Amino acid sequence: MEIKAPKDFWAGLMFIAIGLGFAYAAQEYPMGTAVRMGPAFFPTVLGGLLALLGLVLLGKSTAITGEGVPQFHFRPLAIILLALVLFGLLLRPFGIVAAIISLVVVAVLAAGRMKVQKVLLLAVGLAFFSVLVFHYGLGLPFKIWPWQ
Amino acid sequence: MELFDNLLLGAQVAFSLENALYCFIGVLLGTLIGVLPGLGPTATIAMLLPVTFTLPPVAALIMLAGIYYGAQYGGSTTAILVNLPGESASVVTALDGYKLARAGRAGPALGMAAIASFFAGCVATVVIAFFAPPLADLALKFNSADYFSLMVLGLVAAVVLAHGDLLKAIAMVVLGLLLGMVGTDVSSGASRFNLEISELAEGIQFVTIAMGLFGIAEILINVEQGEKRDVFVSKVGRLLPTREDFRLCTPSILRGTALGCALGILPGGGALLAYFAAYTLEKKVAKAPKNFGHGDIRGVAAPESANNAGAQTSFIPLLTLGIPSNPVMALMIGAMILKQIVPGPTVMTEKPELFWGMIVSMWLGNLLLVVLNLPLIGIWIKLLTIPYRLLYPAILTFCCIGVYTLNNSSFDVFLMAVFGVLGYVCIKLECEPAPLIIGFILGPMMEENLRRAMLISRGDATVFFTRPISATLLAVAVLLLLVIAAPSIRKKREEAFQE
Repeated sequence: MEIKAPKDFWAGLMFIAIGLGFAYAAQEYPMGTAVRMGPAFFPTVLGGLLALLGLVLLGKSTAITGEGVPQFHFRPLAIILLALVLFGLLLRPFGIVAAIISLVVVAVLAAGRMKVQKVLLLAVGLAFFSVLVFHYGLGLPFKIWPWQ
Repeated sequence: MELFDNLLLGAQVAFSLENALYCFIGVLLGTLIGVLPGLGPTATIAMLLPVTFTLPPVAALIMLAGIYYGAQYGGSTTAILVNLPGESASVVTALDGYKLARAGRAGPALGMAAIASFFAGCVATVVIAFFAPPLADLALKFNSADYFSLMVLGLVAAVVLAHGDLLKAIAMVVLGLLLGMVGTDVSSGASRFNLEISELAEGIQFVTIAMGLFGIAEILINVEQGEKRDVFVSKVGRLLPTREDFRLCTPSILRGTALGCALGILPGGGALLAYFAAYTLEKKVAKAPKNFGHGDIRGVAAPESANNAGAQTSFIPLLTLGIPSNPVMALMIGAMILKQIVPGPTVMTEKPELFWGMIVSMWLGNLLLVVLNLPLIGIWIKLLTIPYRLLYPAILTFCCIGVYTLNNSSFDVFLMAVFGVLGYVCIKLECEPAPLIIGFILGPMMEENLRRAMLISRGDATVFFTRPISATLLAVAVLLLLVIAAPSIRKKREEAFQE
């Protein structure tokens, strides 16, 4: 067997894994009957269907030639994820200004070089704008400064 | 005349100072964000949704609709001034629009796009006012079996109109349905698939999914591709098209509007289909089709009018059946549910001010688009020149704040990041995320109707085939699938999307 369409192959694997995962997790709940369907019924059917579709894709990938998977660039991906996680972690304890500044400072690293002054200006500007619009303008309750 | 009374009621709502203001803000914000390169209408709406959280329901929906038109028009502006292939909602406009801009006719192209959209919007508003009430009456006769079949048809249509591989599109729909199962099961009260995480007990917020799949994933893709934008801003010139342009474009606009109105009603993203079909049709009927693709102004007018008409008539299935026909409508349903409005045929009878107010505000929104965009074009052009490395940190910030405010919990920010990665992987594997979001919205409704139908029929599954409405809907769904699966048509479909 030879994988002729890597995109289909990996997509198939992904769908099989997710489908089986849902179908397996659903077994924790009562299945019910066709008349009185329990909470497990619909998800089990759908999970099975998804796994089946994945299987067909897998089969197709060995028969019909398709494109290769484009390269994953892990560095920008990891940097942006880190920026998002930091925002989530910092917001409650340190307030929104600190969270936004850390988000921006980390996120800009994903696109390559940028002058420090420029980055800081962007970060502070965005923090200022967000506090103004979301806190004062729309009245959303945020902790603004770390010492509040 | 009842229609007249209804429109009058709508006008009272839409033209009230408060709602007109929100419509204005929506159109302005939508255009502002929609103009930014690399942000489609879906991402724009997902990002701006939190702005409407604190508003009353009518104002919130009017504003969201305004954001939608604004975002679409903003996208066209970008398509004409920047050659940005890859955004499905403005690909066709870019074909001739960008060529016109290079030939020094950016102004008339932009003006024609605005005028064509406005005309189409006016017609579509009337179409909605005429067709929605009888359709809602029909929908009231639907029982749960019929609803289930209708949703199957809606999902099939969503799959058929997705780009790329049919199998993958179906799989994405099913994945969306499954994600919709997370959280409390309405019938039994059981909390499903919560992975022992308390924040998941209530289910996944659709805003979180939408922002992850459309907002964050787009950023992840754009950042690694780097900057390669070719903004054409040297001279826009006068915006008003010449008399010759109008003479040339009038039939095109009429045809585009008709196509858009008709196809937009179809469940499953007919607006996008109309957009492509209008361009193909113009090319077929034109006496000198060779001009198309080299800066023919009809190549801007026809798809733009079809797009706008379709965008508006796609509200018909939403407002009458409660079925989203594209990802944007799925977001609208999500917004309605957040405001405790159950989308469906009862909206019209129970909340006439909401229904008719929204319809009239659509017309107002289109008017505002023309009034607003022609003088503000200079600002939009300035926005286009902002480099992406300054832009994406800002988009990230707004996405984070928006998602956080859903429940005031950081968990949603983390979950958005997870869906961002899922979206990124899906784009790499050529699986369109749009069907997923439609499946996600329809999942719980589908399960509920399936269960109820089976309970009422005492477990007899033939009910789906013996009830005339349900049987017809299912037959259409099967037909659609068969037609698309047929090799010859599949080829044509691929060609249509490639053009």
